[in-house]
Amino acid sequence: MEGRTSVDAGTVRQWLQAAAESLREQRDYLTQLDAAIGDADHGANMDRGFSAVVEKLQGLDGAPGKLLTTAGSTLVSTVGGASGPLWGTALRRAGRALGDANEFGGADLADALDAALTGVVELGAAQEGDKTMVDALAPAVRALRSKLEAGGDLAAALAAARAAGEEGMRATTPLQASKGRASYLGERSIGHQDPGATSTALIIAALEHSLTARS
Amino acid sequence: MSAVATGVKKFINEPADVVKESLAGLGLAHRDLVRIDLENQLVLRRAAPVSGKVALVSGGGSGHEPLHGGFVGKGMLDAACPGEVFTSPVPDQMLAATKAVDGGAGVIHIVKNYTGDVMNFKLAAELAEDEGIHVESVLTNDDVAVEDSLYTAGRRGVGVTVLVEKIAGARAEAGGSLAEVADVARKANERGRSFGVALTSCATPAAGAPTFDIGPDEMEFGVGIHGEPGRRREKIRSAAEIVEEMADAVLGDLKPADGASLLAFVNGLGGTPALELYLVYNELAKQLDRRGLTASRSLVGNYITSLEMAGVSITLLELDDELTALWDAPVHTPALRWGV
Repeated sequence: MEGRTSVDAGTVRQWLQAAAESLREQRDYLTQLDAAIGDADHGANMDRGFSAVVEKLQGLDGAPGKLLTTAGSTLVSTVGGASGPLWGTALRRAGRALGDANEFGGADLADALDAALTGVVELGAAQEGDKTMVDALAPAVRALRSKLEAGGDLAAALAAARAAGEEGMRATTPLQASKGRASYLGERSIGHQDPGATSTALIIAALEHSLTARS
Repeated sequence: MSAVATGVKKFINEPADVVKESLAGLGLAHRDLVRIDLENQLVLRRAAPVSGKVALVSGGGSGHEPLHGGFVGKGMLDAACPGEVFTSPVPDQMLAATKAVDGGAGVIHIVKNYTGDVMNFKLAAELAEDEGIHVESVLTNDDVAVEDSLYTAGRRGVGVTVLVEKIAGARAEAGGSLAEVADVARKANERGRSFGVALTSCATPAAGAPTFDIGPDEMEFGVGIHGEPGRRREKIRSAAEIVEEMADAVLGDLKPADGASLLAFVNGLGGTPALELYLVYNELAKQLDRRGLTASRSLVGNYITSLEMAGVSITLLELDDELTALWDAPVHTPALRWGV
C-alpha cells in the first residue's frame, strides 16, 4: 500500500468482489440481526444482490464510474426491499460522480462516497442517529476526507474510514430506530445493532481491503 | 430427526424456488382468470390490457397469499408483482407489470407503506413516466399499532389493502378516470383502520425456523404481517377480552360517526382456523353493537396472511353509499368472487 495514491477499475472490481465475499460470509449474522428488529431477510438480500453484481461485472470493461453505475443498477434490479434501492442509488451516484476517469485519487473517492451518501439520505430520508446504514456511512465518509485533508495517504484515510464506519455501526446498538422497519418497534429496537449499518461497515471494510490487497 | 424437530416443516422443494413454483400453480389452477409471466415474476389478468380502462397494479413481498396475486381478475387488480418472501419486488418487475396492463388510461400503483415497497415503487413509477405511462401511486397505511409520527416510518399497510384493491378495482371497471380511481382508493384507505394479534411466529422458507420466539401462553399484541414483533408481548387472554382491546384500538383511532355503517373484516394471518375467525367475528359484532355501530358488510377469512402465523387482524372501514356500492360490485378473482 506504500505510496499508493490512485484507484482504478481493477480496484473497484476487487472492492465489489471483496464486499460480495464478506456479505456471503456474514449472511447468517446479518439475518440474525434483522430477525431481532426487522424481518430476517437482510443477509439473504445483500448476498443475492452482490453476487449478481460480481456476475454482471465479469467480462464487462469500462472505467471505474461505469462499473459502479452498472453495479448500482444491478442491485436495484435484483435485491428488492429497502437495501436494493438504497445501495443501488449509492453506487450509481458514486459512479456518476467519477465520470469517465480511468484513475482517480483520494479526493475524488471522497467526493464519490459523498455523492453516494447524499443519494441514500435523499431516498431514505434518514439522518445520523436514526439507526440506519447512514450511521455507518456518514462517519466513514467524514473520516476519509478529514484524514486526506490532514495529509494522510489513501491507505491511512481508508483505514480511518473503516474504523469510523465500524464505530458508527456499534453506536447504533443503544439507539431507538426512527426509520425503516425497526421503527415499528419503538423502544424495543433499543439494544440491537442495526443490520443495515452492519452490512455498510462490511462494504467499507472491503474497500480498504481491496486497496491493501493490490499494493 | 433433530433438524426436523427444531425446524418448521413445509411443503417445498427448494427454498429458492418457492415463489415461482407457487405462481406456476396459481396460473394453472386459475387459467380462466390469470396468466403468469414467470420470467418477470408477474400475475396478469387474463384479459389485460383492457383498452380504455385504468389498470391497477399492486405488489409486495410474498408470504401474504392470497394477497396480491389472488386478487387479480375482473373488478380488482390487473397485475400483481410478488417479490421474494417478505421482500419488496424490484422496479423492473413493477415496470414490466405496468407496461403489460396499461390500457391507455393510466395505471394505479397500490403500495403498502413499508420503506422497501415505497422506494421500489417510486423508482418504477419514474421509469414508467419516462416511457409515457401515467402512474398514480396510492399508499395504504392503516395499522394503528404503529404510531404515525416523525419517529417511525409511518403506519404499515395491512388489512385495508384488500378492501382498497376491491373498491378501486370496481371503480376502474365502471370506467372511472385515473384521478377518480386514485381518489376513491385514497378515500377507502383514509376510512379504514386495522390491528393485529399473533399467537405464534411464522417461518420463512429460507430460514426454516420461527422468526421470533413466543411462549405457549403468550401473544404478540399489535403484530405486523412479516413476523416483525409487535408493540408488546403479553399473556394470552380470552377472545372476548382480546377483541375488546383490538376494537378499542381501531375505533379509538377511526372515530366513526354515531351510528356509522361499517365494513367489518376479520382476517386470519395464516395459521388460525375459520372456527376461531368466526368466533372472533362474533365478539367483534358484540363490540360494535355495544357502541351503536352496524357492520352492514363483512369479510371473514385468510386474505392477507403472514405465512403460517396463528393470529388475526381486524379491519374496520367506515362505509358511505359510494363505497358500499363499489364493495357490492361484481368481482371475479381466484380469492374473491361474487356477483358473477
